[in-house]
Amino acid sequence: MSLDFDSARLPNPHIRPEHEEWRTHLRRFIDTEIAPFAEDWDEAGEIPMDLWPKAAAVGLLGMGYPEAYGGTSEGIDSWHNWITNEELNRFAVGGVPASLMVHGIGLPPVLNWGSEAMKQMVAPPVLAGEKHISLGITEPGGGSDVASLRTTAVRDGDHYIVNGSKTYITGGMRANWVSTAVRTGGDGAGGVSMLLIPTDAEGFSRTSLDRKQGWWASDTATLYFDNVRVPVENLIGEENRGFLVIMTNFNSERMFMAASMEALGRVCLEDAANWARERNTFGKRLADHQVIRHKFAMMKQKLNATQAYIRVCYESMENGNANPGDIALLKVQASETMEFCAREAMQILGGSGYMRGNRVERIYREVRVNAIGGGSEEIMRDLAARQYGL
Amino acid sequence: MKVLVAVKRVVDYNVKVRAKADGSDVDLNNVKMSINPFCEIAVEEAVRLKEAGTATEVIAVSVGEKSCQEQIRTALALGADRGIQVEVEGSPEPIVVAKLLKGIVDKESPDLIILGKQSIDGDNNQTGQMLGALAGMPQGTFASEIKVEDGKLTVIREVDGGMQTVSLNLPAIVTTDLRLNEPRYASLPNIMKAKKKQLDVFTPEELGVAVTSHLTVVKVEPPPERSAGIKVESVEQLVDKLKNEAKVI
Repeated sequence: MSLDFDSARLPNPHIRPEHEEWRTHLRRFIDTEIAPFAEDWDEAGEIPMDLWPKAAAVGLLGMGYPEAYGGTSEGIDSWHNWITNEELNRFAVGGVPASLMVHGIGLPPVLNWGSEAMKQMVAPPVLAGEKHISLGITEPGGGSDVASLRTTAVRDGDHYIVNGSKTYITGGMRANWVSTAVRTGGDGAGGVSMLLIPTDAEGFSRTSLDRKQGWWASDTATLYFDNVRVPVENLIGEENRGFLVIMTNFNSERMFMAASMEALGRVCLEDAANWARERNTFGKRLADHQVIRHKFAMMKQKLNATQAYIRVCYESMENGNANPGDIALLKVQASETMEFCAREAMQILGGSGYMRGNRVERIYREVRVNAIGGGSEEIMRDLAARQYGL
Repeated sequence: MKVLVAVKRVVDYNVKVRAKADGSDVDLNNVKMSINPFCEIAVEEAVRLKEAGTATEVIAVSVGEKSCQEQIRTALALGADRGIQVEVEGSPEPIVVAKLLKGIVDKESPDLIILGKQSIDGDNNQTGQMLGALAGMPQGTFASEIKVEDGKLTVIREVDGGMQTVSLNLPAIVTTDLRLNEPRYASLPNIMKAKKKQLDVFTPEELGVAVTSHLTVVKVEPPPERSAGIKVESVEQLVDKLKNEAKVI
C-alpha cells in the first residue's frame, strides 16, 4: 500500500521518535474528537465552541507558543508544525483547521510586537481555547494590495477612532479581538499600523459570509468599524510600522498552507487508489488501465516534489535563513499540486466522487480558497520575481 | 502504593503485517512500531490509580532492544513517573521476560504489577502468569475492572462463562483485558516532558538472569488467501452445497 496517506510520505531524516509520538497522539485526538463529526459541522456551517478547550488540552493550540502564556515551546520545531498541518488535513474538512487554528495568524503579531500587558491579556485565554483572535487585513475595496488599505485610525487623545471595513475574515464571527491593519498615516505602506481591536467595542459590527464554495465549517465575516474608539495601548508595534508586522507574519502562514495543501493532495491520491483497486471496468480493475495508472504516477510525482520542497523550506527556517521568495513559490507549487491531484482523483472516482460526503469532492471545492487565500498564486509569483531582483 | 507497569514494543495495530520472503519472521523493515495496546491499557489504569490518589508512583518497564525506550517514553508521556529498560537483544521468550521482570520486582518492591494480558505480536498470554508464579504473588488475569480497598485488590475478570470477581492480597499481579479502560491521548506538553523523566537501563547480568532460548521458529507464513465465491443457480443447489460441501446443515 505505497499510495496511502502514510506510505506516500517521503522519508525525512529530521523526524525523531518524539515527532512520531506527537503524530500518533494528535491523530488519536483528531480521530476521536474531530473526524467523526467534521462533515456534519461542515454541513451545519459551525464548529462547537467546546472544541477549542479540547484542542488546548491536547497541546494543539499552544504548540510553538511561549510557555509563559500557556504554550509549549521547548523542543518544538518546524517538523512538529509539518506533522500538525498534515494531521489537521487528513480528514479533509478544510473549514475546521482554518477556524480552529486561526489564532496562528491573529496571535503572532501580538506576541512578536505587542506590549507585555497586551500579551498577558490576550495570549493565555486564546491558547487555552477560551477566547478567540483573528487577523483583519483584506478590505472590500482591495485585497492583496495591503499598502493601499483604507480603514482609518485617527488619533484622538489617548484613543484611536477607527472607521472602515474588513472582509473575508476567517474566524471573524467568533473573534474577541481582531489584529487589524489600519491607516494611521499618509498613503502607502508607510502609513499603515496594526491595532488590536476588541469586538465588544462600541461601533463594531459584523455579518457572516456563510455562502461559500468551501470551508463551510469556518466562520468567515465582514467587519464594520463605525467610530470605534480603541485605546492607544492597543497599538501592535510602532505607529506607521504595521506593514513590517504584516509581512513578517506571512512566511509561517504560507508554510502551514503549503503543508496542508500537500497533505490534501495526498488524501486525493489515497482515496483514488483505494477506489481504482476496487472498481472494475472493461473486465479489469480500474487500476490496471494504463490511462489511469499514469494519473497515479503523475500525482505521486508532483506530491514527491512538493514534499521535498517543503522540507527544504522548513530546513531553511530552522537554520534561520528562510527565503520569502522561495516560500511564496512553494505556496504556488502546493496549490498547483493540490489542484492537479483533486482533478485527477475526481476523474478516477467518477460519479461517486461527484456526490457529497467524500473527501475528494470537498477538497476539489476547497482548492481555490487555498490558491487565493494567504496570497494568491499571482501575487506569490510577483513577490518572488521581486525577491529575486529581476 | 507503588505500581509497576510492563510495556512491550510491537508492530502498530494498524499495520498490515507481511511475512519475510524466506519465511523466517514477520517483516519489520520500515514498519511503524507502537506500545502493545494491552500494555497501553495497563499504563492508563496505573495512571488513573495515581490520579485517584491510590498510587504514589508509576514505573514503566520494558524488556527489549534500545528502541523499546520509545515505548517507555510513550508510557511516560501518558503519565508514568519513571522508566526502566532491561536491555536484551532480539525477542526473548515469555519465561525470560518473566524472570527479568522478577528481577525488577525484587529491586523495586511494587505493591501492584499491571501487565497486558498478551502482546499482539506473539499472542503468548504467558508473561503475567509466569511472573505471578516466580514472584509468589496472587494474580487477577483478564481484568475488566480493578479496585483497591483496605489493602486488598478486587479484580473483575473476563472468563468464558461471564465475569468472575476475585479478591487478592497485595502485592498482586493484574493483566488487562480490552474493556478495562480506554487509554487517553498524551498531550504535546506531556510528550515533551517525558523526554526529561528518569529512565534507567539494566542488563540481564545485573539482574542475575541468563537469557536462554527454548523455542525455534520453524516458519512464518501468511494465512491462505480466501478463494473467490461462486453464484449458485437455485435454492436446491444452495441447500445441496450447504449439506454436502460445507457440511453445515
